[in-house]
Amino acid sequence: MDQVLVQTLHGLVNGMVLAMVASGLTLIFGIMDIVNFAHGDLLMLGAFVGASVLGMTGNYWLALLAASIAIAALGAILQITTLRPLIGRDPLTTILATFGLSLVMQKYALWQWGPSVRRISEPVPGDFTLFHIQYPWYRIATAVLAGLILAGLWLFLKYGKYGIWIRATTQDRVMAQAMGIPVPLVYTAVFAIGSAMAAASGVLFGPFAGVTQTMGFDFTLRAFIVVVVGGMGNLGGSILASIFVSLLESYAAIVVSPAQAVIVSFVVLVLTMLFRPTGLFVPTPK
Amino acid sequence: MLVLEQVDAHYGKSHVLHGVSIEVRAGEVVGLLGRNGVGKTTTLKAIMGMARRSAGRITFEGRDLQGVPPHGLAGLGIAWVPEERRIFRLLTVLENLRTGLDRSGITPPRREALLEKVYAYFPILRERRNQPGGTLSGGEQQMLAIARAMMLEPKIILLDEPTEGLMPRMVAQIQEIVHALHRDGVAILLVEQNVPLTLDAAERVYIMEKGAVRHHASSAELRADQRVIHEYLGV
Repeated sequence: MDQVLVQTLHGLVNGMVLAMVASGLTLIFGIMDIVNFAHGDLLMLGAFVGASVLGMTGNYWLALLAASIAIAALGAILQITTLRPLIGRDPLTTILATFGLSLVMQKYALWQWGPSVRRISEPVPGDFTLFHIQYPWYRIATAVLAGLILAGLWLFLKYGKYGIWIRATTQDRVMAQAMGIPVPLVYTAVFAIGSAMAAASGVLFGPFAGVTQTMGFDFTLRAFIVVVVGGMGNLGGSILASIFVSLLESYAAIVVSPAQAVIVSFVVLVLTMLFRPTGLFVPTPK
Repeated sequence: MLVLEQVDAHYGKSHVLHGVSIEVRAGEVVGLLGRNGVGKTTTLKAIMGMARRSAGRITFEGRDLQGVPPHGLAGLGIAWVPEERRIFRLLTVLENLRTGLDRSGITPPRREALLEKVYAYFPILRERRNQPGGTLSGGEQQMLAIARAMMLEPKIILLDEPTEGLMPRMVAQIQEIVHALHRDGVAILLVEQNVPLTLDAAERVYIMEKGAVRHHASSAELRADQRVIHEYLGV
């Protein structure tokens, strides 16, 4: 019983971080119909920038902010230079382009920061006792912060002028343009927001496992799974799916080793594709 | 104000418009009649920059629209009410209206006044303002599409078959709003299949067939001599 509670908490915390990664990916997919295979690498670069700023200033929150802003700017530049010219082409070209970007960013990180693991120290020290184990406060703080960021994103999309532009463009690009919404700019902004979300997740997740130049792919894959499970382009669905999949993995880790528990998410992916290809958390399309 | 000169346009691979010339003057309601598939909708899409143009010129207030990006037309004063209405289905009625209201250079009192104006014309939209656009009936969606275009305070509205598939009561309401817009000095290029409505609302009418304008006359002339209508529209 104790173990179940601990794993529930663990799953929720991991789910919130994953939800942050996935929300950026799903936002970009929803509006531009492209799967950004470089998403995890934006997260990785964000984590490295965060680690560097932390090393220079010693201020974790400043590092979080700086990484988000820097990677948002990078995302905007990448969108304008590599993805904007591909709009209207075969989606495969875009996928290949983001795959190429992913490799470039990984090699850049290797060149710039080397192959060794960087540590990001925890900004919130201390543990608390949960039954028989010591649980770090930082993990709780991460989940809360991720929740707040996601809530902020949701409020922005729901009530903000630019949030309405983004939702209108997601639903009908042509009509949005006819209403005077500058769609190319909206695309770039969404890519920048998605990149910033990835970078922030990287800095938040950094203290858990360290920062390496190969950490990105795993996140891309996991985020991709929950985006498919939650329904492509559906923000709420992705968040629910992140928590759902992370909880399942946590519970599975009680029975099998954590490395094997990852298989659960692939099983969920395959079952979703087989029986509910539009996503688990969307109403059945009529 | 809006001038099409010898416009050729393509939709996908098919060559749809052949040398279409149309003029709409400031504050004027002009009808564009023709059977299905003669290029009426494509004419509007060519103006909106959505159909590929291979020849001819489209100017608005003397300015060539060739170099204007698709999202720049609203700012010039051109609003589009498409045939399929294209309501943002997941956005509420108010959010749909906000897509036209959230632009630079509009003051809060002006926003309120614009909203009040469309709510006065279409009280149902006020009632349904927090409801997703996709849940509205066909007629209500048509009203929302027109109201949304009005939010841009356009100089001209391109109105594509606004009464298609609507029940008579709704048609009357649409007819009324066309008159009201006309009184306010908004020019309208009205694409329709409903001949009586078009002759009633428009001052001049162009009749299209096979991607070209075949006939051009005042509504009064056409009302007096129905033969042309018979010939091209078969009604």
